[in-house]
Amino acid sequence: MVLGQEQAQRYARHFVLKEIGVSGQKKLLQSGVLVIGAGALGSAAIIYLAAAGVGTIGIADYDKVEISNLQRQVIHKTGRTGMKKTVSAELSVKELNPDINVRLHNEKITPDNITDIIAMYDFVIDCTDRFETKFLINDACVLAKKPYSHAGVVRFEGQAITYVPKKGPCLRCLLGSVPPPQETMTCSQAGVLGAVTGIVGSVQALEAVKYLIGAGDLLTGRVFTIDGLSMVSKVTAIPHSDPDCAVCGNAPSILSLNNNREEYEVKSCSF
Amino acid sequence: MVKINGNELDVSGKTIAQYLSETNYSTARIAVERNGEIVPKSQYDAVVLEDSDTVEIVSFVGGG
Ligand SMILES: [Zn+2]
Repeated sequence: MVLGQEQAQRYARHFVLKEIGVSGQKKLLQSGVLVIGAGALGSAAIIYLAAAGVGTIGIADYDKVEISNLQRQVIHKTGRTGMKKTVSAELSVKELNPDINVRLHNEKITPDNITDIIAMYDFVIDCTDRFETKFLINDACVLAKKPYSHAGVVRFEGQAITYVPKKGPCLRCLLGSVPPPQETMTCSQAGVLGAVTGIVGSVQALEAVKYLIGAGDLLTGRVFTIDGLSMVSKVTAIPHSDPDCAVCGNAPSILSLNNNREEYEVKSCSF
Repeated sequence: MVKINGNELDVSGKTIAQYLSETNYSTARIAVERNGEIVPKSQYDAVVLEDSDTVEIVSFVGGG
């Protein structure tokens, strides 16, 4: 792979980083990352992946842009209300970096389609807004041995972890099962500040880039949390997976997504 | 004393469930780690905190 003159200029700030360099840039350009959810986390994650030159970006979403999204979903624009979020996100990606091959998955992610979709990519980023879907993505990635980034944000708070097979706990190790709807608040009920989603979505893009170029220490076995009000951010080491985890443990009960379908059905009210 | 999220607390002898009931944590949305190992939710009633235990509690939120 030979980089063109424009690419050489575009990625010049990467070439001087010893962790990336020309060879790392080529790796990024030859990699594929799937972002599930083109909402608030997805806005930051997708844009930074595109800027970094991740060659193929998959975008999965089935919503349309609404004016109430724009206070935080900065990949979308006022003139695009009513447009599919995937299409709007692709427009923004192409404006920023026409090199990127964008693949749109304009459908709801379900136990039936997720395994085939994630198989097309090197790394998956969960930018969805419900625990049910987050557990679906977790279990699908664990069963497919696919590395992925989990994150969540509400109000001024957020967290992120990175799952890499055999390198630490999965989301189900940490939480057990989908929290009941009365225990969770989605952003529409609780509110959320866009800048906080930007921080956490950027962390997810950073994890993807680090994974792809093999640099630094991932959030595997570690939970990143941030409280934007107190401005306290922490990384808590939780190095060991739960040997009794229902999906990644020693005697898992979730052997296929199909036999656990009910848990993935969204019970919390909609976003 | 038990070290919970870096703070020394006088809670030895209590179960994790008892300790959590005195806090504002939403138990469905937390991960609890004791002495480097995850405590599954099914064990919150059974695990008794002991002197010099180190516990980390991390809350998760679901929005995106
Ligand atoms: Zn697990």
